[in-house]
Amino acid sequence: MTKIIGTSPLREDARVKIDGAAKYVDDLSFPGMAYAMLVRSPFPHAKISEIDASHALELPEVVAVITAKDIPGKNKIPIVFDDQPCLAEDEARYIGEPVAIVVANDRRTAQIAATLVSVKYSELPAITDPLLSLAEGAEKVNPVLGNILSRHKVNKGDVDSAMSIADVVVEGEYKTGYQEHAYIETQGVIAVPENEGGIALYGSMQCPFYIHKALGYVLGIPLSKLRVIQTVTGGAFGGKEDFPSLPATHAAIAAYLTSRPVKLVMTREEDILCSTKRHPGIVRIKYGARRDGTIIACDAEYILNAGAWSTLSPIVLWRGTVHSGGPYRIENFRVDAKAVATNSVPNGAFRGFGQPQVCFANESLIDELAVKLGMDPVELRLRNALDIGLETLTNHVIKESCGLKKVISLVRDEVKWLENRSRKERVLSNGKYYGVGFSAAFYGTGLGAGGKKIDRSGAFLQVAFDGSVQIAVGTTEMGQGHNTVLSMIAAEELGADVKKVSMLPIDTSRVPDSGPTVASRATMMSGQAIRDAAKQVRKIIHDVVAKRLGVAVETLEFEPGVIFSGAKKITFEEAVTWCFDERVHLAAQGWFKAPNTEWNSENGLGDAYYAYTYTAIGAEVAVDKETGEVEVLRIVSGHDIGKAINRREVEGQIQGGAVQGMGYALYEDLVSTNGKIIRPNFSGYIIPTAADIPEIKPVIVEEPYEGGPFGAKGLGEPPLIAIAPAIANAIFDAIGVRIKKLPMTPERILETLEAVR
Amino acid sequence: MKNSTLHLKLNGNEKTFLIDPADTLLDFLRETAQLTGTKEGCGKGECGACTVLLDGKPVNSCLVMAVQAEGRSVTTIEGIKSDKRFDALRASFLEHGASQCGACTPGFIISSAALLTDNPDPTDKEIRSALEGNLCRCTGYLKIFSAVKHAAENKGER
Repeated sequence: MTKIIGTSPLREDARVKIDGAAKYVDDLSFPGMAYAMLVRSPFPHAKISEIDASHALELPEVVAVITAKDIPGKNKIPIVFDDQPCLAEDEARYIGEPVAIVVANDRRTAQIAATLVSVKYSELPAITDPLLSLAEGAEKVNPVLGNILSRHKVNKGDVDSAMSIADVVVEGEYKTGYQEHAYIETQGVIAVPENEGGIALYGSMQCPFYIHKALGYVLGIPLSKLRVIQTVTGGAFGGKEDFPSLPATHAAIAAYLTSRPVKLVMTREEDILCSTKRHPGIVRIKYGARRDGTIIACDAEYILNAGAWSTLSPIVLWRGTVHSGGPYRIENFRVDAKAVATNSVPNGAFRGFGQPQVCFANESLIDELAVKLGMDPVELRLRNALDIGLETLTNHVIKESCGLKKVISLVRDEVKWLENRSRKERVLSNGKYYGVGFSAAFYGTGLGAGGKKIDRSGAFLQVAFDGSVQIAVGTTEMGQGHNTVLSMIAAEELGADVKKVSMLPIDTSRVPDSGPTVASRATMMSGQAIRDAAKQVRKIIHDVVAKRLGVAVETLEFEPGVIFSGAKKITFEEAVTWCFDERVHLAAQGWFKAPNTEWNSENGLGDAYYAYTYTAIGAEVAVDKETGEVEVLRIVSGHDIGKAINRREVEGQIQGGAVQGMGYALYEDLVSTNGKIIRPNFSGYIIPTAADIPEIKPVIVEEPYEGGPFGAKGLGEPPLIAIAPAIANAIFDAIGVRIKKLPMTPERILETLEAVR
Repeated sequence: MKNSTLHLKLNGNEKTFLIDPADTLLDFLRETAQLTGTKEGCGKGECGACTVLLDGKPVNSCLVMAVQAEGRSVTTIEGIKSDKRFDALRASFLEHGASQCGACTPGFIISSAALLTDNPDPTDKEIRSALEGNLCRCTGYLKIFSAVKHAAENKGER
């Protein structure tokens, strides 16, 4: 029986945040610090013939203006394909692309000076529509990779034959818009020259080791001279996975060339204009089913608008591809997916990582199929749901930890599905129309076959003389509760008091590389690495204790804070003192390697991941047919996560993800015309506020996964993924129209209502 | 250029500073007064991260010029922290998991403190309405509502 796992200890990191004492990157300054500001392309595609910095350099407070030719190392940002430059050299390929770095003694001068750098552009034709980019003979947008940046296919069974014998076939095309991360703390870094000739880079980030590598590229100096320090990070959601390498390299080059600390903090407008976003998607999907509701075929096409450079698009696309038919057993499955280059801001990682787009499509279409079959949509999902012994879309046979049917049933009951769905009186007292909708999803936790080379985690654990415990991992706290959860795992496995466990702040020169903090993997991977280290240290302690107590080590039992053998009992602190007396080393390195996956990239079949989190969402809405406005009345959000390590933080992820998903579904409309983002601020881009929030009921299912710490699987992303289709299905239930494009704004709903009238 | 003086009551203490008249109250607080607990989220009065109390009323400090604070009282999160009246509020944020990444948290604490000062027994609707100007991207707001509600209910007990 665990004593700490499953409880809800308070978050130590929150104390200083609540007091305003936590130091985010913009709260730090260093002696002699200068400020950097970027000169950015105002054109979606243009030739750069000359950069004249003379006017900017005339300002006495301007320190330097840096262009591509000044970069000491490679002009490349390493992510997947290394196609993106740090600074545009001959051509700019999207609005906002960095062209020059202005460094000044103060922030205001840097801003003014950036406008005084005169860049001679000659505008070139731009392609901002992915379908035009795919057209025959289209101008090459990405000079390295061409217009299809990445392509993935899955081909299982015989989709054409199965479709031809299906009793019922449904199909549809679904479109999804951009989504901006809108972390409250904008992107920011400070680069500080070090005495030994290297650079220390402080910043807001998810993946310090990505930045470490990028600094090595652009500076051309050994990684051993570079270190990356994560400052308290004010939200990330994927937006601080790949993107921060760009500002980090800019600040580092500036610091390296000027020998001064350089701060670069983006304004909100700059952040919305230039940072990565969720890829707009187009999904064409078709299901074929038997009369009894068994889905026998799924055929899909998936297109992502990737923007000018490939960033993480290949992996985003892959995750979407292998999940695109939904959490169902389908014998015949085919998908063709492309990430397409356009002259627009590069898109990248965002919570859900290519899945929300396909989930909106497949889960909307499942409801269409239910209508055509005359079946209850929840029954239809249950009939086809993955289960132990069944295989996923890519033929991964599920052997353990599959709570999909359970989570669907529990959410169905919690949302009072049968009662609410069959309500006769649909018009509410305020004149709005009531509807209830459902959706389901699965989420491969960790990097899986798509990123297995970096799916491992390192950890370090040491015990101090007073019995307090320090742990170090390279995965990061960005608000999600990472440090609290990992401290709990360490305390449970070691037998220590959770209040005495601390996480070492992230510095790449001191913490092990635990892989990136992405793919809902940190609890699983770093959790297991910490357990590995904790078990080793526990054994060292127990050997000493057994010897001193004169008992066999096998007879020792432990709980947080105490070790006992029969009636003999000592505290953890006493045991630690004994260990110091015996001069044993109370420290260990832990390591965890994700299980191997078998993957055939030819046909796209195999074990895409090792374990899956399963999700079901119930949403109740009220739709105003006059204004087109949708009010979400209640969301029931259920997830099989193997084990809830910290229940309160699990709820926090579920509720926060639901609200971000609601924003994606209904409000968040990032308008871009010819590659130009219109109104890059929070009055133009509306995210949910306190006024919009319904009751959100978490439902937690725990089907343990042997490979995760105490049975846990990942949770960070699943709470967002299936919200939009549940709301779309509820809108259909309320007013009988199907909205096939996100966000489902009032205008879009009115247009659709108008079209069917 | 710092060529103008500003007298104000900052977190309860009368103070005089030399300031740049072009500075917003937010710039002044963060850069001149070195009170970095007040965060900048958008610089346009749209997110509420920089909320402070000006003569007891919550304002977006990015929309107020520093010179407008002349002779007035300004309370930041650092001032709230040392005011015992709000200990229960801060404890409640911690206990309810109302702070995740924390970038919005000082703003929420200030808005909540202003609400509870004016209205010690707010209804759920009043809590939501008082917090409408503060954006949070992590929590989904519900744990923040619970924290404020709980702090109001337990005000006498701490």
